[in-house]
Amino acid sequence: MRNLSRTLGTAVFAAALMISAAGCGKKKVATTTPPPPTAAPSGPTEPAPAAPLAVRINSFTGEPASIERGQAATLRWSVGNSTDISIDQGLGAVAANGSRQVFPSQTTTYTLTAKGGNQDTRSVTIEVSSSVPPPPVRTTGARISGAEMLGREAQDVYFDYDKNDIRADSRDTLTRDADLIKRILAGDPGFTIVVEGHCDERGSEEYNLALGDRRALAVKEFLVQLGVPDDRLKTISFGKERPICTDQNEACYQRNRRGHLAPAQ
Amino acid sequence: MKITLILASLGALAASAIFLEAQEQIGGTIIGSKQKSKIAVIDFRGVGDAQKLMATFNTTLWDELNGSGVLDMVGKTFYPLEVPQQPQDFKPPTTAAPLLRGGQPRIEKHGPWLTDWSGPPTNANYLAFGYTAVQDGRLLLRGFLFNVGQPDVNSADLIHKLYFGPLDDDGAKKVAREFAADILQQFGVKSLSGTKIYFVSDRTGNKEIWSMDYDGSNQKPMTSYKTISKQPAVSLDGKMFAFQTLVKSGWQIMVHSADSGRKLPFYNFATSTIETPEFTPDGKHMLFAGTVDGWLQICMTDLNGGNLTRLSHVHASEVSPKVNPKTGRDVLFISGRSGIEQMWHMSIDGADVEMVTNGEGYVANPAWNPNGQFIAFAWTRGFEPGAYNIFIMELATRKTNQLTSNSGKNENPWWAPDGVHLVFQSTHGRSTQIYTMLADGKHQQQLTTQGNNTQPVWANGIN
Repeated sequence: MRNLSRTLGTAVFAAALMISAAGCGKKKVATTTPPPPTAAPSGPTEPAPAAPLAVRINSFTGEPASIERGQAATLRWSVGNSTDISIDQGLGAVAANGSRQVFPSQTTTYTLTAKGGNQDTRSVTIEVSSSVPPPPVRTTGARISGAEMLGREAQDVYFDYDKNDIRADSRDTLTRDADLIKRILAGDPGFTIVVEGHCDERGSEEYNLALGDRRALAVKEFLVQLGVPDDRLKTISFGKERPICTDQNEACYQRNRRGHLAPAQ
Repeated sequence: MKITLILASLGALAASAIFLEAQEQIGGTIIGSKQKSKIAVIDFRGVGDAQKLMATFNTTLWDELNGSGVLDMVGKTFYPLEVPQQPQDFKPPTTAAPLLRGGQPRIEKHGPWLTDWSGPPTNANYLAFGYTAVQDGRLLLRGFLFNVGQPDVNSADLIHKLYFGPLDDDGAKKVAREFAADILQQFGVKSLSGTKIYFVSDRTGNKEIWSMDYDGSNQKPMTSYKTISKQPAVSLDGKMFAFQTLVKSGWQIMVHSADSGRKLPFYNFATSTIETPEFTPDGKHMLFAGTVDGWLQICMTDLNGGNLTRLSHVHASEVSPKVNPKTGRDVLFISGRSGIEQMWHMSIDGADVEMVTNGEGYVANPAWNPNGQFIAFAWTRGFEPGAYNIFIMELATRKTNQLTSNSGKNENPWWAPDGVHLVFQSTHGRSTQIYTMLADGKHQQQLTTQGNNTQPVWANGIN
């Protein structure tokens, strides 16, 4: 134990030395030279292999380890230096390497026995559950999945400065968004979506609220033209109230000039 | 490219010249500073425990008088060494026989006298003096204002009064403000004492409506909706305030009693956005901007939201209606009719529409002076094009003054009930705070520090 910790300590120290050497090669010269690592003590020597060939089970597995009644599990094994190999539970003699499908009706332990100069045994257990509980009732399942689908797949559309026109690059986005909404509505006809209009920080708060209102209405109108029912879409303007970023450059301004789809509260 | 730049800078210079010319003409008109009276204000001392409060008292008194803009404060280094604390301290000088036969009669001084203050180097017209003491556990101020140009103490005496307050810093401020208000009244200045500034603060994590006294003291929340509440407006009598708030169904206008804080009934018509509420001066109607046919339009309703009338009928966004407090008929508002947002005027029936600003830059936040002749607004033109700054305009002549520059982004100006001061918000870096200043842009004072504070509205106190 003491040896091992010393070895570990030395190794950590050596590693730390290497890291510091790699990391600070040019920048720093150590003011005090650390002592060199002590020589690692030699480990225990490997035992010499036994001369006669001993019987040895290399592996014995059952997959899957738990099944429902009526389902199959597969036993696999590999045995060395034995010709007298058997599995209990009525499976009988088997070859040195092989597999077998089993259909236990209840939880069963299988034991593999290999004989020769010596004897080796190993066991696996397959758990069988007689009845599986049903899934939880989907009370708000469709609602949640609609909101999730919208959150995962709906894409924002972006606007030019002080404009509420739907840009060419937004048409494809809104077409995909419309298809998504129709899919959501197919599963949950009562689902309602809020179209949010957002602006960048330039201009007054009051006028930006008006501009965001125009943007939300423009997105809604486009979606309605693509077949989304009018009464499933509400609009709200946040003006410059909820920016995605607050840098004062065009890249950030552009990210904030957006139309966003969110599930209604 | 270079030529364009040169032309652009020439244009900017010309624009600056126009502003400069106008600057001379309006600033003084509003403040009324033809010939300012010169006032000396002694450093008041206190008896016993009152002395500990005198630093606060003296600072407050000086700031109040100085901030009014109507007085010329004489610097304390020019004061005589002998300082009176009560009228009895004044001792008229006597004349004695000349030392040499045929010489001038000698003037013998017996104590402070009026001419010490009216003559050089002080050259004051007025002197404020007195002292404080503790009486029955309260702070007592004896305050005097003398016209030192008068020949004797009796005729000099203008104010001769006792003031009481709690024996703490707030009490010292209270008596100083009351004394200052009495002094300023002598010069025709309407006191701001009792007026309230409503504003929006996010210091609790949500934007709520707050109120404070005119000098930034007594800051307290007026709403607790825990969403977004902003754009406060106050009725002329100070009894109701309205604001915009975010509820589940979207933006709404709410009206509260300023007294009880309780919500009053207001019916919001169903639409996507409603904002910028405004009371008519008679307190009987509300104006606001609401989405109609896809555009925010100026609308008017009864005080409870009934009887909706649409005042504008254009394909342009229109917000921020503000009604002339004197006429009750003239409405200023912000409209995008000409392309970019400008300030427009119409009468309250929707007629007589005309653009007030010159079509350049972005205009926001119109605000009426209580006299109905001057307005304040935020504009991205002037000395610092691109950034919003505070401007005032004489409506009849369209003469314009720029009050702020080179100090970040300045928006949401609002006139004080005295018609001489303005409150506004200023953004430096990421923080926005509320400031007051005079109509000539001087005496800027920061009122808030916690969180971000915006959209100040200066309201009359409730009588």
